Amino acid sequence: MRRYPPIAQLTVGSLALIVIGGILMASYVPRPPPLAAPAALTAVSAALALTSAVLLSRLEQFAWPRFFLAFRWALLAYVISAGVIGFAFVRDHTRGAPLALVVVMLVIFALDVPVVIAFTVARYSSPPHAAS
Amino acid sequence: MTDVGNVQAGTVDAAPGPARAQVQVVPLRGLPIVAAVVVFVIASIAGNWLWALTFCHVVGGALWTAIDLFVGLIVGPILARLSVPARAEFSARFMPKMVLLMPTLVLMTLAAGFQLALKEGNLAPGNPNHVWLIVSYCVVGVMAVIALGVLEPANITVLVEMRKQQPDGAVIALLMRRFIYTSGIIGVMQVATLIIMTRVATQ
Repeated sequence: MRRYPPIAQLTVGSLALIVIGGILMASYVPRPPPLAAPAALTAVSAALALTSAVLLSRLEQFAWPRFFLAFRWALLAYVISAGVIGFAFVRDHTRGAPLALVVVMLVIFALDVPVVIAFTVARYSSPPHAAS
Repeated sequence: MTDVGNVQAGTVDAAPGPARAQVQVVPLRGLPIVAAVVVFVIASIAGNWLWALTFCHVVGGALWTAIDLFVGLIVGPILARLSVPARAEFSARFMPKMVLLMPTLVLMTLAAGFQLALKEGNLAPGNPNHVWLIVSYCVVGVMAVIALGVLEPANITVLVEMRKQQPDGAVIALLMRRFIYTSGIIGVMQVATLIIMTRVATQ
């Protein structure tokens, strides 16, 4: 089976950091949370997601049409999911810097899940003998 | 009818006989129900309706936990003992339903539960339930990473593989193994959720 760069692992790592940051933020509600740790986790998560995107963009002989088909639909689903979570934070009077951080985390979440789904779908649809 | 054919030397060969029906990755008929549930959850949060929030959290949580336990601890081990064609046949009917059902139940349970905890004062620092709820966030966090990062991509890939003219049996077997292990882990984690939630409800 063809070997790929660790795109799925990096994206799942990015997702895990966002989940940990989200738990930290949520554990302070209704008080304003300290932002240093969640912001650091978000920054590392964004770096992992970016690295994953760069590795992904360099793939050759990859089933891109299938990747984008899966990505589009998964993105729609997870934008709705992230929207509902964001709505709950806004409804609970989260404002200013904490809200901005929550939005960034939700954007990464809404991108990470479709990337890992679409990559997994496309990797098994790619030509098996192509060079990595 | 979906006939996945025979698995030989890594490929699921198209069996002679009736043509294979297209496997639908997302059952479109279920989408209006999902939309109605999402609208109901949003309305419950916006209106801060105690009954509706409790309904969404209890009904969603009960179904989520029960399905995870049943799939992880009963269906999963049975699937592991089936032949690859039998697993593929089962998955072709089972997984499209899970693709819609589970994310909807998770969204319904978590969004309503968080709002309910806030409304009931369970998130206040001095509340005895506060620590238990943070532990439940951690349990849900682990389940979310496993479900979103491993389980769901594997489920969707199996369905996409089965839509092909010549599905690859080796790919389906590999991804089904992933499904069996991760659903088992999630099933065990749901036991922790049951302990936490019954503690929260009785303190």
